[in-house]
Amino acid sequence: MANQGATFRPDTTEGVRELVAWAAAEATPLEILGHGTKRSVGRAVQAAYTLDLAALSGITLYEPEELVLSAKAGTPVAEIEALLSEHGQELPFEPMDHGPIGGGAAGRGTIGGIVAGNVSGPRRIKAGAARDHVLGVTAVSGRGEVFKAGGRVVKNVTGYDLARGLAGSWGTLAVMTEITVKVLPRPEATATLVIRGLADGEAVRTLCAAMGSPYEVSGAAHLPSAAAEAAGLPGRRAATCLRLEGFAPSVAYRLERLAALLSGLGGAERLEGAPSAALWRAIRDAAPFAGSDAPLWRASVAPMAGPALVSALEGHALSHFYDWSGGLVWIEAGSGIGDGGAAPVRAAVAATGGGHATLVRGDAAVRAAIEPFQTQPAALAALSRRLKAQFDPAGILNPGRMPAAN
Amino acid sequence: MTRLAMPKADEGVLARRGEIAEALRAIVGTEWVVDHPDGLRPFESDGLTAYRQTPLVVALPENTAEVQAILRYCSGSGIRVVPRGSGTSLSGGSLPLADAVLLVMSRFNRILEIDFENRAVTVQPGVTNLNITNAVADRGFYYAPDPSSQIACSIGGNVAENSGGVHCLKYGITTNNILGLEMVLVDGEVIRLGGKHLDAEGYDLLALMTGSEGLLGVVTEVTVRILQAPETARAVLLGFPSSEDGGQCVAEIIAAGIIPGGMEMMDRPAIHAAEDYVRAGYPRDVEALLIVELDGPKGEVDFLLDRVEQIGRANRASYVRVSQSETERQLFWAGRKAAFPAVGRISPDYYCMDGTIPRKALPAVLHRMRELSGQYGLLVANVFHAGDGNLHPLICYDANKPGELEAAEAFGADILRLCVEVGGVLTGEHGVGVEKRDLMPAMFSETDLMQQQRVKCAFDPDQLLNPGKVFPVLHRCAELGRMHVHRGQMPFPDLPRF
Ligand SMILES: Cc1cc2nc3c(=O)[nH]c(=O)nc-3n(C[C@H](O)[C@H](O)[C@H](O)COP(=O)(O)OP(=O)(O)OC[C@H]3O[C@@H](n4cnc5c(N)ncnc54)[C@H](O)[C@@H]3O)c2cc1C
Repeated sequence: MANQGATFRPDTTEGVRELVAWAAAEATPLEILGHGTKRSVGRAVQAAYTLDLAALSGITLYEPEELVLSAKAGTPVAEIEALLSEHGQELPFEPMDHGPIGGGAAGRGTIGGIVAGNVSGPRRIKAGAARDHVLGVTAVSGRGEVFKAGGRVVKNVTGYDLARGLAGSWGTLAVMTEITVKVLPRPEATATLVIRGLADGEAVRTLCAAMGSPYEVSGAAHLPSAAAEAAGLPGRRAATCLRLEGFAPSVAYRLERLAALLSGLGGAERLEGAPSAALWRAIRDAAPFAGSDAPLWRASVAPMAGPALVSALEGHALSHFYDWSGGLVWIEAGSGIGDGGAAPVRAAVAATGGGHATLVRGDAAVRAAIEPFQTQPAALAALSRRLKAQFDPAGILNPGRMPAAN
Repeated sequence: MTRLAMPKADEGVLARRGEIAEALRAIVGTEWVVDHPDGLRPFESDGLTAYRQTPLVVALPENTAEVQAILRYCSGSGIRVVPRGSGTSLSGGSLPLADAVLLVMSRFNRILEIDFENRAVTVQPGVTNLNITNAVADRGFYYAPDPSSQIACSIGGNVAENSGGVHCLKYGITTNNILGLEMVLVDGEVIRLGGKHLDAEGYDLLALMTGSEGLLGVVTEVTVRILQAPETARAVLLGFPSSEDGGQCVAEIIAAGIIPGGMEMMDRPAIHAAEDYVRAGYPRDVEALLIVELDGPKGEVDFLLDRVEQIGRANRASYVRVSQSETERQLFWAGRKAAFPAVGRISPDYYCMDGTIPRKALPAVLHRMRELSGQYGLLVANVFHAGDGNLHPLICYDANKPGELEAAEAFGADILRLCVEVGGVLTGEHGVGVEKRDLMPAMFSETDLMQQQRVKCAFDPDQLLNPGKVFPVLHRCAELGRMHVHRGQMPFPDLPRF
């Protein structure tokens, strides 16, 4: 990586504050790191020193009956999920594990990284994103000051929603040191309907119809045949997948009705238990694209626009699949394309009604040559830069990673 | 009326009132500017009627271009602007300022696009919350956040206040249900955030805008997510001999993995007031009454209702009644929904508070509230969104008795400080506005508040939009921007310096 200097591993908020205050005074840039599983997202940071938060670890509050958990930013997500699981609870936004697509191990990643990247999974369409579950944070701004925002309760409109506002800022506004999230009971039962052989357009129409039904679908993905095969659904046919979760009698009831609603499309296979869980884990982690280093794009568009986006990429996309009812499109571009596919992907997003696309994997040269995050219209970009300057006037936090931090 | 320090009016602006009205007329047309004293009177206050202020002048733009032109003119001439939707804010968010243009958004009342397939509806900000649901109800859809004021409040106001409602326990508050916004910055720049897709590219400005109380920009278009209405809804009434039992029941319902569509609690004074008013059939001999509504697919609702009933009985519920028909379910709610006016019948005036606490603190907070009620000699009736710990104590007082309003306000402030002490917050859904502005230091340090105000500086460096709201002390942006660096005090002496 770009920075060759020392790595600091403070284990307290005060330690982080001291380091950032020093860096601010010296105008010395820092790369802010958790476990580094998402280091391939955005530009490589140009920093003299690394602020590694892995030692700032530990769950500081967990009250299952209050559905609330606080943890220091460097706490492994796996540790949080294990504790929640002991109490029959989970992180409702089902955070993706970036390890595999980034060429690393599975099961790593910190809560700070999850919130900083606003990382969610298939349940995003029903339960909301990581940002929807952030209740409060303690953070150190680029000014070297400790501030807190939000609280530990769900209903809270006291002041600007800075806690949520830091979600998705990729460590460029402030270094979060402690995070409080809302958790939920893990559903008692899960079942998945899989319809085989649909073309993209019809598949996404089906997903959207299911999302518009009263059956509380909590996962809606379409995997063209190659992706289906890679996700563990053999048969060389596309798979349109709909997940239902909840209390067992409720899941059984809804499964019947949803199957009836979709009966015109031919029979649907049903998956339960471990095979269903494995499928959704594969979808969550974009597993069909693990084990490759071809440029990988993640686009968010209106759900019905997903297939049009892919058609517009004819000849540029090697393979793709859809989550979020069609609105989240994973696109692997041919590695021969000079800009990693940036120009055609961005043009396709614009042509299909807008949204955004981010290069989440690509070699350093491509990531340096293009803008991995969606570029914004001038007025919005200027506002983002002003916001950045208010949090980090010296520009020391993850410089270069996001457009506003250039 | 109590005294409230607002930013000092700009004499120069006051003197230019006629000229300003003329300039606004040139933008929006003669009939859409109000500057006659009689015409200004209806705009003197919002839902927090204890505070009144005649605005400098009222302008009612009809489209984004007019808002742009007004803001360009105002920011160019150093004139303050207070945005207003329907004026139902309970925290004085849309309270006018003597030297500010009141920008009333009620003519922005069109539904622009209904997209059932993508489950997205785009509307102008003056559309009422309920009219969004009305526009999609024929296809079985609805917009989930449902403030009790939904027939009147505007979606723009909902965004600005991040409003909640009874169904927010399960379906989230405004911020969880907004997909996109168009807004105009104070300098007239138009910005679009989000759209029909999920999640922001770049910083989550939607999160910052939602709940920003009109301080960051004027919302001119809103895209919301709609949901298919649940197949059915049924409710159960559970009466308890103590609020501890009621609170424990709430905790156990949640612990059982059940997230009801709504879970509301009332204490004895609220139960009596409501029952006297609407005869919902509430038991009078209980200390706490819970309404638990289960909504969703039929197969689920019947099953869960059973479980809730069992949990209620296990927690000493002395009264259990399950709705047997839609009419009966509506009746259960009629009492709760009429709780505010019902309290209004037993007291000349009441003051509605809005703190949130961790659920487990409920019994202790209720206990302390009763003690305070004795000390202040003012009755308090409690209704709350029990599922998420959002309290609405209604403090009864008589504004005609000297000192009672002040006592009610002091009592209210004590309650909110208590909420913060037990780990909660000053406001769960009504906003800070002017009402809780001076209590902000009870929850936030000076550093916390300064960082929030720096966000304001990124949007509105001259602090012309809705000043005097939310923040107790207004710092100038130049002052906030200064970095206090202490070179030489290096905590890492071994590090090479650059
Ligand atoms: C009887 C009653 C019951 C209520 N029940 C609830 C409830 O259950 N839950 C709840 O959360 N609230 C409730 N409220 C409070 C109130 O209705 C909400 O805060 C509502 O969202 C305010 O909307 P409004 O259109 O009336 O906004 P206004 O009162 O006009 O304005 C509120 C704030 O929004 C700003 N604003 C308005 N429009 C815009 C815009 N287009 N762009 C930028 N800023 C804007 C204003 O500057 C102000 O700061 C209740 C109020 C009443 C009177």
